[in-house]
Amino acid sequence: MSAMEMFWIFIKVFIAVNVLMLHVAYVVYFERKVIGHMQARLGPMRVGWHGLLQPIADGIKLFFKEDIIPSSADKPIFYIAPVIGVIAALSSLAVIPLWKNFSIANLNIGILYILALSSVGSFSVILAGWSSNSKYSFLGGLRSSAQVISYEIAMGLSLVGVMMLSRSANLHDIVKAQSEHWFIWSQPVAFFVFLMAAIAETNRAPFDLPEAETELVAGYATEYSGMRFGLFFMAEYAGMFIMSALATICFFGGWSGPTYGILANVPGLVWFLLKVYAFIFFYFWIRATLPRYRYDQLMSLGWKLFIPLSLANIVVTGLIKIL
Amino acid sequence: MSMPQVFFAYFAVTMVTLSVLVVTRRNPVHSVLWMLILFVHIAGLYLFLNAEFLAAVQIIIYAGAILVLFLFVIMLLNLRKEETEKRFQKQWPFSVVAGIVFAIFLVLIVKNIAVLAPLGPYTAETMKSEGHMMTVGTVLYTEFLLPFEIASLVLLVAIIGAVVLAKKRIE
Repeated sequence: MSAMEMFWIFIKVFIAVNVLMLHVAYVVYFERKVIGHMQARLGPMRVGWHGLLQPIADGIKLFFKEDIIPSSADKPIFYIAPVIGVIAALSSLAVIPLWKNFSIANLNIGILYILALSSVGSFSVILAGWSSNSKYSFLGGLRSSAQVISYEIAMGLSLVGVMMLSRSANLHDIVKAQSEHWFIWSQPVAFFVFLMAAIAETNRAPFDLPEAETELVAGYATEYSGMRFGLFFMAEYAGMFIMSALATICFFGGWSGPTYGILANVPGLVWFLLKVYAFIFFYFWIRATLPRYRYDQLMSLGWKLFIPLSLANIVVTGLIKIL
Repeated sequence: MSMPQVFFAYFAVTMVTLSVLVVTRRNPVHSVLWMLILFVHIAGLYLFLNAEFLAAVQIIIYAGAILVLFLFVIMLLNLRKEETEKRFQKQWPFSVVAGIVFAIFLVLIVKNIAVLAPLGPYTAETMKSEGHMMTVGTVLYTEFLLPFEIASLVLLVAIIGAVVLAKKRIE
């Protein structure tokens, strides 16, 4: 590998991480605004024009807050738990093709890589819950571990259909395989299962049982404060970005956009981000609309509906491919 | 030492150290954590052998599912008593000696007989051109179809057994 290539990789990492970090800061603002307006409120209005500087103020606040560590916590694990989450979310970004031929690494096992990192990321929540030595955190951690195991299966299986159609697990090839029609048309069931599993995987409402604030204070993050809490926040929103990006790539044609008239000249990154933000809006919309599931409902939904559905989807896809 | 040798040496030494750490920790959750790092290293070794699919599956299955299950069980059991009790039984020094002797034997044997299997059709070049996932899939569903099906049947039996054991009798 020459010095030039190394330099180019550094530039790519820089671009990708900055896109994600800005996204994380402003998506929180976006969420507060969207949910505010859905509930006939205004959302943040005080800091800057229509509250535009709110994320920066929040960041500064989190940074200067006192970092409190419970005296009976398992300190090394308490320290590294949020870091695992952030690192897993950030390194998933390496294989996401933001536009044509632009991703930090072009892996043949792109989908599996993201699934692997999302399962590593779940350790962050489980360990945070355990190491805090608090009942609320612990319950949050336990719930998260059971939820992650159940929904990871459904998520992996729902993506098998996509891999079968594109004959590859490489995210670039998957986008290229959708040049004629997006996979949402041929894999609607898989898309539905993936979307629900992605919400459960990122611990978002209505599947946010690990941090259910009405019963568990803040779940696994109860004992965290200051920037460590901020890291969990970052990991959650980065995870949302990754999952939305994966949905965009696997079912909505990734960076591809309309090919006629003036729209053909719009860069792929714009289409990609537009689709990703549509998904993120969907996350907020669901959060503002649906009440939280009960825990046994969540489990039976995962095992009795989503997993059989995605298995049936694989069989049907295989049959159609053979016939 | 060449670059691959350095790489392998790092992985071998770290993996042995991590395994020792796993069995010597007092706190079971710490053991599981060292095991997580160990599994990631095993995945690294698979990558080193051009087996990218195996590496990903190693992390998804072992780190993502099995270790989370381990953690789940450890957290549900109350292991406070375990932490204060003696870790090993009396004969552990003998086991250590036996293990070291066995390791020395292995090294001597491997040094003296060069076991070189004939080169099969799946070289690093074919892996690169076809992709590891494709190759594994093709071989698994053609050449090794019967063993593959038998393995899945065994797993199915285990699943049914677990369901039967866990299911409460409704009266």
